[in-house]
Amino acid sequence: MEVTAMHFRRKATEKLNDANLQQALKKLQSRFVDSRATALAELPNFTEIRDAAADIRERAVGHLDSYLLRFEREATARGAVVHWAEDIEDANRLVVEIARRHGVRKVVKSKSMVTEECGLNDYLASVGVEVLETDLGEYILQLAHEPPSHIVAPVVHKSKEEIADLFEEKHRRPRNTQITEMCREAREVLRPGFLSADMGISGANFIIAETGSVLIVTNEGNGRLTTTLPRVHVAITGIEKVVPTLEDASTLLRLLPRSATGQSITNYVSVLTGTRGKDDPDGPEHFHIILLDNGRSRLLGTELQPMLRCIRCGACMNHCPVYQNIGGHAYGWVYPGPMGSVLTPAFVGLENAIDLPNASTFCGECAVVCPVKIPLPDLMRHLRRRQVERHLRPWSERAALRLWSWAAQHPAVYALFTRAAARLLHRLGGKKKSLRYLPGASGWTKGRDMPTPSGRTFRELYQARRAS
Amino acid sequence: MRVGLFVTCLVDLMRPSIGFAALRLLEAAGCEVVVPAGQTCCGQPGYNSGDSAAARALALKLLGEFKDCDYIVAPSGSCAGMIRVHYPALFANDPVELEFIKKLSGRTYELTDFLVNVVKIKNIPGRYSGTLTYHDSCAGLRELGVQAQPRALLAKMPGVTLAEMRESTTCCGFGGTFSVKFGDISTRMADKKCAHITQTGAAAVVAGDLGCLLNIEGRLRRNGDMQTRVLHIAEVLAGEYGENAWK
Repeated sequence: MEVTAMHFRRKATEKLNDANLQQALKKLQSRFVDSRATALAELPNFTEIRDAAADIRERAVGHLDSYLLRFEREATARGAVVHWAEDIEDANRLVVEIARRHGVRKVVKSKSMVTEECGLNDYLASVGVEVLETDLGEYILQLAHEPPSHIVAPVVHKSKEEIADLFEEKHRRPRNTQITEMCREAREVLRPGFLSADMGISGANFIIAETGSVLIVTNEGNGRLTTTLPRVHVAITGIEKVVPTLEDASTLLRLLPRSATGQSITNYVSVLTGTRGKDDPDGPEHFHIILLDNGRSRLLGTELQPMLRCIRCGACMNHCPVYQNIGGHAYGWVYPGPMGSVLTPAFVGLENAIDLPNASTFCGECAVVCPVKIPLPDLMRHLRRRQVERHLRPWSERAALRLWSWAAQHPAVYALFTRAAARLLHRLGGKKKSLRYLPGASGWTKGRDMPTPSGRTFRELYQARRAS
Repeated sequence: MRVGLFVTCLVDLMRPSIGFAALRLLEAAGCEVVVPAGQTCCGQPGYNSGDSAAARALALKLLGEFKDCDYIVAPSGSCAGMIRVHYPALFANDPVELEFIKKLSGRTYELTDFLVNVVKIKNIPGRYSGTLTYHDSCAGLRELGVQAQPRALLAKMPGVTLAEMRESTTCCGFGGTFSVKFGDISTRMADKKCAHITQTGAAAVVAGDLGCLLNIEGRLRRNGDMQTRVLHIAEVLAGEYGENAWK
């Protein structure tokens, strides 16, 4: 997927002024924030489960090599073929090779953010393989030629009315705005796609080392059709998704749907193990699992390693006041919100996503809601530090900071400086005691007045009081 | 008990009344208060902008100035959080300094937290009559667990009615340099906060951090709201407002 994270600031402003988007984003509070709170309140031992979940993920990431090799062994023993992809070119090439080997012309897909990372759909189309997205949200985006704006609810940026317009145009059927009717319409269009597909492509929420299984959670049932109906199933996922045991996966499942959508469990939890057996009524004849690195292993042993614990629930973005106001597209790549502000620079390069680690007030809510205790603000701060070390910040900012910290280390100079500033700004503020414009701080004064100092610093007044 | 008041750089420059209010409250609670003269900034702007070296230098400077104090108290959850939570992180790889840092950083408190949980203040010197709404500033809330403390103190003031706003724990959009670097997003966040404040019908909004207050006041006034007062919790509790504070 094309990286446009460098345009974050401009796009964020556009999104703030997009009335349709602003209307659509109002859903976040009730659909995700409130429902998560309700669902987690049901758990009497949330804190303990969260500790356990974080431990499981940390253990998996800390011993990634051995769990991945175990996974490969177990999956292979059950008839799957495991492929290793170092980058997205590898992953795309592997998918096409598998498609060619099995004479595949038509592919159905269930939702996968890793394939968004790879830009797989465009790649398959370019080599003449037809792709149909079957997750309702992803299907809508495929029709609209848009990228997802959320990792769990990819189409959260669109209103029902916009989708009704899109369906009317693309399906050439009478316009329908009843959600159940719209779903029925999509189902009718998608069903022949499932029946005629030669290959199904899915992602994975977890891969399980002890059994070589791929676990996916879905709500629409399309995941089951995608992974069992076509004769070939390809699961593509990141190497960090491995968990040691089924028991571990079940612990994580207590938090994943609750954190994501506020469901105690998703409608479907599929554990896909090996190829179709002799007596199985369904299942793929060929099962390929592509494990993608694409920058993940580079994070091991660094301060960013905790990011690999991420289970892609989306709670950090749902609760992020920045995301809540601008949506996901402004972040300019697959992963938006706080987790994206860490992953995007880590995967596509710090210099290609300058704004993202800075686009946070460090309010800390993302870290509070993260089910696997990723310290997201600390990781963003670490990236800010790396930006400074690599001289990626504008010189004016560096100069201002340097001046500030130098002055703050020299109290006498600092006192003079603040004394002058307090007087000057106080005078400029006049009777209104505020400024409508302040050079160098137009980012502030464009939307807010700047209250001015009361004229003398605390330091001065305190000294005067002590002297009297 | 010897308490060092860390006034904070924003209060020093922008609104000294908050510093005097904090002083009055600590004295009313029976503390011996010292205000080290060389204090400047806790280093958070550098720390959050990726300049750890500057933050480390300021951390050592600050703790050096307060080393004779039993406690450090700041009328700011953000600065207290910086000292208490982030100073040790800054020196995580430096066992010698860490020892010294931890000794004082662990005894650093946000003002209301200190008043309620350490000195257990009985009588609130300030008088206020009217309806207030309280905004929970992020660092105080999430790094230090400051939420019940300011409310408990306000509850001791007979004239105060607290009208809680919706989403009082949602960030107001300040975020230090964020408010200038991403002014549009910051303003929108402030706008939502202001709407929630206005909905309560309260005569004043109160918070524990001046950064949030400047942001909220700036947006309220730009939106034409000249009535709603924007007060620091210390000012309300001490009954010291604006220019009267030091006269």
